[in-house]
Amino acid sequence: MNLRIQKMSGHAGPVPGEGAQRQEQVAKLIDTTTCIGCKACEVACLEWNDLPFTETVFNNTYQTMPQTAWNYWNLIKFNEHVHEDGTVQWLMRKDGCMHCADPGCLAACPADGAIVQYSNGIVDFQQDACIGCQYCVTGCPFNIPRFNAHSKRVFKCTLCSDRVGQGLEPACIKACPTGCLHFGTKEDMKALGETRAQQLREHSSYKKAGVYDPQGVGGTGVMYVLHDATNPEAYGGLPKDPRVPLAVRIWKEPLKWLGNLAMIGGIVGVSLHYLRYGPKRVKDE
Amino acid sequence: MNERILRYTLIERVVHWVAALTYTYVLLTGLAFYSPHLYWIATVLGGGETSRYWHPWMALVFVATLVWMLRKWGADMRVTQEDREWEKAAPLYIRNEDESLPPIGRFNIGQKHFFRTMFYGGLVLLVTGAVLWFPETIPWSMRGVRYLAILLHVSAALVTIGAFIIHVYMGTAVVRGGFTSIIRGEVSPGWARTHHRLWYDKVTGR
Repeated sequence: MNLRIQKMSGHAGPVPGEGAQRQEQVAKLIDTTTCIGCKACEVACLEWNDLPFTETVFNNTYQTMPQTAWNYWNLIKFNEHVHEDGTVQWLMRKDGCMHCADPGCLAACPADGAIVQYSNGIVDFQQDACIGCQYCVTGCPFNIPRFNAHSKRVFKCTLCSDRVGQGLEPACIKACPTGCLHFGTKEDMKALGETRAQQLREHSSYKKAGVYDPQGVGGTGVMYVLHDATNPEAYGGLPKDPRVPLAVRIWKEPLKWLGNLAMIGGIVGVSLHYLRYGPKRVKDE
Repeated sequence: MNERILRYTLIERVVHWVAALTYTYVLLTGLAFYSPHLYWIATVLGGGETSRYWHPWMALVFVATLVWMLRKWGADMRVTQEDREWEKAAPLYIRNEDESLPPIGRFNIGQKHFFRTMFYGGLVLLVTGAVLWFPETIPWSMRGVRYLAILLHVSAALVTIGAFIIHVYMGTAVVRGGFTSIIRGEVSPGWARTHHRLWYDKVTGR
């Protein structure tokens, strides 16, 4: 089975695969309440994607490095969250691309076909079409795309589109020992997450448990079950209401059309001026 | 009496054409990144990657020419009282009724406005372009700077494009003799008297 493309960056005209394939939307569900921070998913990601090794960075936590890297797409963020009553809770969250339904990276990208969204919802970077402009870095509301200064290409989690395209689950899912990572259709994962959140609310002290599936970006292909869904920021900077930056929207829509009109208007204007008044001639004696 | 008059020295002409070529390159590659409907320009110019690579470097050369022009032409570009009088009568200029215009120096106020637009536009493009070139040097907590830079870069580019269209149109189609002057450097006495009377008086010693 080959995945068709339903959205494509920097592309004039219709996208080849839009509406051309019957596909379920896929999603990953990350239950932060059962994550033990073992980092098996980090290793599985490196292994499956054959990513070159990089030095880890110690900054007084269990975290492998401060943030994801061009060759490190999957990072458990360790956060010591201090509650109002002074108790400390260790929050662990697997960080990586969220595979937005409405991807800001794709909206910002100027290169034809460098960022695509497959008909199953996976957002993927095509490095052979990437021009290294890093507009995606600016477009992403989750701070995910990472630039490789040597190859001048941007990288991120592919949701193992190569595995999923062949009917397999992503490598990180396969490696998780606690079963906190789930993979399936978006509908099933959402239902599973809601069931789990309800269970937490009813049978534990996590009365604010909920599913993180931010609607500002049309929902995401990676969802979380959070102990406290009202405070996603506590999980290492997960934005509360992520949206494609307004500046990117203005730049790609009204500003572009105004600019096009102004440029065409300018050319038409000077042409009309010439037809009406013509050149200035100087009589030389 | 019919001796041609030197209007632009060789170095002025060379710098003008370096500016013109680099601006045109940056304009075309910039347009390719601006709209998917114009991305074919990048293909024509050697591909998206090549265009992206050279766009900022050519822009730096262009900015260097702006700095040179400011030093060389800065004094001539100051707006004078005569320019103000001329500007009030500018509709006559637009309608090609030049004989009724007050006399002016080496550059008219339109040229001075063009110079300012390109200079300040170039400065904004330089600063915002640096942010676009190295977005990761702006920390995530200050990402508003990246958003602002993108909007300002496009807006400033559009303003300079407007000025550029008028400049090219005036210099080639309307003011006959202007294009020759920036290539060969010389204008006829009649041309100088008609368009820049005060400058003509000065250089001919009247």
